Amino acid sequence: MKNNIRLYKFSVFLRRLLIWLLLFGFALLFLLPFFFLFTGSFKTSSELFTVPFRWFPKKWSLNNYRAVFTKIPFFRYLRNTLIIVFFNIIGALVSNSLIAYGFARLRWPGRDKIFLIVIATMILPYQVTLIPVYIMFTKLKWIGTFLPLVVPGFFGNAFYIFLMRQFLVGIPRELTESARIDGANEFMIYLRLIIPISKPVLATVAIMSFMRSWNDFLGPLIFLASDKLYTLSLAASMLRSNLDPNWELLLALGAVMVMPVLVLFFLLQKYFIQGITMSGIKG
Amino acid sequence: MAKEKKKKVNPYKTSVMRRKEARNGLLFVLPWIIGFLAFTLYPIAASLYYSLCNYTVIKPPRFIGTANYRALFHDATFLASCRNTLFMICVGVPVTTVVAVSVSILLNYKKLRGTSWMRVVFFIPTLVPTVVACLLWIWVMQPDTGIVNTLLRYIGIQGPGWLSSVKWAKPAFILMMIWTCGNAIIIYLAGLQDVSETLYDAAAIDGAGFFKQTIYITIPLLRPTILYNVVTLIIGVFQWFTEPYIMTEGGPSNATMFYSLYLYQNAFSFFKMGYASAQAYIMLVVAMLVILFLFRVLKFGETEMDS
Repeated sequence: MKNNIRLYKFSVFLRRLLIWLLLFGFALLFLLPFFFLFTGSFKTSSELFTVPFRWFPKKWSLNNYRAVFTKIPFFRYLRNTLIIVFFNIIGALVSNSLIAYGFARLRWPGRDKIFLIVIATMILPYQVTLIPVYIMFTKLKWIGTFLPLVVPGFFGNAFYIFLMRQFLVGIPRELTESARIDGANEFMIYLRLIIPISKPVLATVAIMSFMRSWNDFLGPLIFLASDKLYTLSLAASMLRSNLDPNWELLLALGAVMVMPVLVLFFLLQKYFIQGITMSGIKG
Repeated sequence: MAKEKKKKVNPYKTSVMRRKEARNGLLFVLPWIIGFLAFTLYPIAASLYYSLCNYTVIKPPRFIGTANYRALFHDATFLASCRNTLFMICVGVPVTTVVAVSVSILLNYKKLRGTSWMRVVFFIPTLVPTVVACLLWIWVMQPDTGIVNTLLRYIGIQGPGWLSSVKWAKPAFILMMIWTCGNAIIIYLAGLQDVSETLYDAAAIDGAGFFKQTIYITIPLLRPTILYNVVTLIIGVFQWFTEPYIMTEGGPSNATMFYSLYLYQNAFSFFKMGYASAQAYIMLVVAMLVILFLFRVLKFGETEMDS
């Protein structure tokens, strides 16, 4: 009897160990590209191309990073990216909080039907609207400026509206009702009462909007005609399409582009995860 | 009370407060209405019209009926892009889903310690800017010096040429798809949190082990979550652009020419806007049909509990 229990306990332990090892191995595989990015960014060009593959650089040299900051107009690309990111975050916060407020806390005829349209636009492939929008921006002479990448952000985004509406619907009505009876106007209620308590969802929207514009490639590729306006992502792809791309520099540039996102993630993990789990909840 | 019983009473006509509220509501959503008209509704209509036109940007669009659509079905590159995209939907999406669900279920396995850092590991690839991920995977997949083939060599397998091989380029993209499935894993883990512990306890008393519990309890209850992620993945595959654009430019011999890449080339390399619009519309219809099929025919969105 005692032996049996011991055997059972051992088999449970064994299974747990097996599952853990399986996950552990798989997790290591997921880390490999990161490992390559960071070790590769310290390698010399010839080291990158040696066969067989060398796991660590012979000498940890910062030359590639130095090259990123001196050989290419890195800071111009960074500034361009940050301008676009900044206005996208502002636009997302302002427009989506207003719109979500209108959908969540005010009653007007047809509201719920229109909200369904908002949801439906989420699964609309952007290719269907891309070409007319491009032609529209061409006619407005906005190609070769940041405007096409910034202005649409001020008119709401279906997913952010959905996220914020979910949050605002949860705020009890009594909270705003008394202010309304006291004669406060709707905008004041939104600004003074709702915005302050919406900080968590605003943070989530800000982060998602940051990620989207920091990572965006197609938008800059289509709308930013001149090298002067290139974002980091676009610059990286242009450097890669050179006949003889400077790979060690590209890896260092990649590492520099990944770093801020990783740091931000480790600081604000909660908000990153929140936005994604919210998206999985049925609307 | 008596008033409420009559169905036809319109509160917006009787109450000044309600009228004011309605006006305010519309004012608050005004940015969305403007954006919807300018950046969604008008473009949808315009691209339908363009798809029936010969339009090269330089000259105004000239109506040519369904010629673009008919031409597409004789366009070998377009047909290749359809086949490749279909391959990714039929092979890549299921493979990625199986991996993501399995990893999530194992991560969620009770009494398993030391997995929280793994969750982070599975998630962080999604944080890498797409362009950087592409640069990385070009190297990871390198036939001689790449990490993947180096590891394969350790266990005695001569790895394929991956991105430079007609046969292995698409599987390489599937591997990359798996690498970036962290969002799905997070959503699955959230879905698994909602599965009630008592169900497992009851099953355990009935003698069902981990695998039986997974098949009869976890997977059925996870169905809505799986559907959501599958739909997201399929939309993603239709819109897949950056990866093939940077890594392979559609090659070798169109093996990685995916739907959106060819659409982009037609629109922005060859400036065949009408032709590209027709592609966009076919994509819209097909994507909608696929999603509808998943919801209606497979009843994927319902859990066992609902039905």
